[in-house]
Amino acid sequence: MQKDCFKLGDREFTSRFILGSGKYSLNLIRAAVEEAGAEIITLALRRANGGDMDNILDYIPENVVLLPNTSGARNAEEAVRIARMARALCHTDFVKIEVIKDSRYLLPDNYETVKATEILAKEGFTVMPYMYPDLQCARSLRDAGAACIMPLGAPIGSNKGLVTREFIQILIDEIELPVIVDAGIGRPSQACEAMEMGAAAVMVNTAIASSGNIPLMAAAFKNAVLAGRQAYLAGLGAVSSIARASSPLTGFLHD
Amino acid sequence: MEDRFFNASIYDRQAQAYAENCRADHMTYLPSMEILSSDLLAQVIAGRNACCWEKYTSADVQKALYSNKRSIEDFMALLSPAALEYLEEIASAAQKERQRYFGNSVNFFTPLYLANYCENYCIYCGFNCHNKIKRAKLTNEQMEREMQAIAATGLQEVLLLTGESRKMSDVQYIGEACKMASKYFKVVGLEIYPVNSDEYRYLHQCGADYVTVFQETYNSDKYEKLHLAGHKRIFPYRFYTQERALLGGMRGVGFAALLGLDDFRSDALATGLHAYLLQRKYPHAEISISCPRLRPIINNDRIEPLNVHERQLLQIVCAYRLFLPFATIVVSSRECARVRDNLMQIAANKISAGVSTGIGSHAASQMGDEQFEIADTRSLQEIYAALTERGLQPVMAEYVYV
Repeated sequence: MQKDCFKLGDREFTSRFILGSGKYSLNLIRAAVEEAGAEIITLALRRANGGDMDNILDYIPENVVLLPNTSGARNAEEAVRIARMARALCHTDFVKIEVIKDSRYLLPDNYETVKATEILAKEGFTVMPYMYPDLQCARSLRDAGAACIMPLGAPIGSNKGLVTREFIQILIDEIELPVIVDAGIGRPSQACEAMEMGAAAVMVNTAIASSGNIPLMAAAFKNAVLAGRQAYLAGLGAVSSIARASSPLTGFLHD
Repeated sequence: MEDRFFNASIYDRQAQAYAENCRADHMTYLPSMEILSSDLLAQVIAGRNACCWEKYTSADVQKALYSNKRSIEDFMALLSPAALEYLEEIASAAQKERQRYFGNSVNFFTPLYLANYCENYCIYCGFNCHNKIKRAKLTNEQMEREMQAIAATGLQEVLLLTGESRKMSDVQYIGEACKMASKYFKVVGLEIYPVNSDEYRYLHQCGADYVTVFQETYNSDKYEKLHLAGHKRIFPYRFYTQERALLGGMRGVGFAALLGLDDFRSDALATGLHAYLLQRKYPHAEISISCPRLRPIINNDRIEPLNVHERQLLQIVCAYRLFLPFATIVVSSRECARVRDNLMQIAANKISAGVSTGIGSHAASQMGDEQFEIADTRSLQEIYAALTERGLQPVMAEYVYV
């Protein structure tokens, strides 16, 4: 059977579970890699910026791609500067663009995100932009050279699930790039649902970090993502509100 | 009118004598002070005055507790006397919000006192210009040694403080300190006398990104009686400090009422409103709230925070957390180890460590006296270990200067 993978920049990934940044602990990183099979781990540059007493970089296995994000950036210019710092510090071209200028809701600024994406893609970055699910913006990001798009399911850390479901579905249907659902996924069933819809991957952090048993919840997400992906590949049956007889009345017809 | 919240412990004869003679208008700006066109002060004061604590009942508290998005009215209910009965439930709800926004992280920082010269006469403060204490100001070399000593402990966030003397510690001097601090630390904050927005812009360019100013009390009449002389006497100029700092390009601003000076509920309410309204006006602003209680000072060891006991302190901190779940909440070494560690686990998320409020005492022997007595004298390592033991994750810095 052909390997089921997706591509970001020049790298292929088989794991469709990505660990988000935010609530970090060494237990969480270990669980994400060992129990959830993560191949990508996001890390806020502002948290990795050298010399911490427990330096997170030391705990990330070599085979895992480190995805620095630009959290802390309030506009495109700051995102670009943080991305360049991240490239120097983390030795990677991968960068997740986060431009947020609202400390209450932490919602992304799509306009500034497009501007940053355009600049960084030209500089050879593999740009993964976090965005509010808007079709026009997604097209602009694609045209600007984004490697994928990362629409939010719900506000960061809210565990509210796929509040923006309908709009994410439009992006999946219309944009050829991998669509990675980022932010808001609070339980494995929601990750599964995103994958059934055709998302290329999901990014999760709080749901695992705030659970009572981190390794067990990480394993649950792995299974949920896989189940959703398999369902998507298999093709879901049509949904009907009335029962359909499995031996229909017209079954006797021959020609 | 009788002052129902008179804290006798902070008054002395000298202050009373002074107060009878000199009473410049505390609402009139001095010539050098920048005036913003803003109605924020009127809004906060109106909110503070309109609140009637007695009207809140158990039902209001419960509604506030179980609400998903808490209103100003809910905030008032949580601060009200009726809420004390529900302290356990309030703490539990606050802990959920704290977990949701900050996980198990606790941010560490330490204050570095550069100078203790002061031109203000704030009768409860150890630095006040009439208090006979040993004054000092660090030279550039001494400053650098202090910073090296602090950085060697592993701390990456420093809060630079001065007494409020523009003459002895001018903006240029503080700017040089910021430049030096950004060599040794990732995060540089300021707690200095309020300045104009162009001066904040300069200090931001020198490397500072956070400005904290305590309003002390939001009761203007009481404020006037406690701040008898100096620039600090000008109530509205101090109130608009955070806004000027944001206009000067600072990333974040800190607020506080000094609990025990006046009615602590009304002052906590005003602090929350001030922070809430400013963040609405400047959505990118990072908000931080401190919750200091009055402490004894040199030459007055009687000072105490009146009726703000530990239960009330917890209530206030939890109310801040539930009303402004995204805000950083700081607990300083004014509180003892037991209180601080528990507050970190419940509602607060930022702690000072390795603190000395005297001048020059990190690297050498102390040159100048301290601002107040600290209650938690543990080293950074001890606090780090104690919090880790509780399942919290110490974070030395989470920031990048851009």
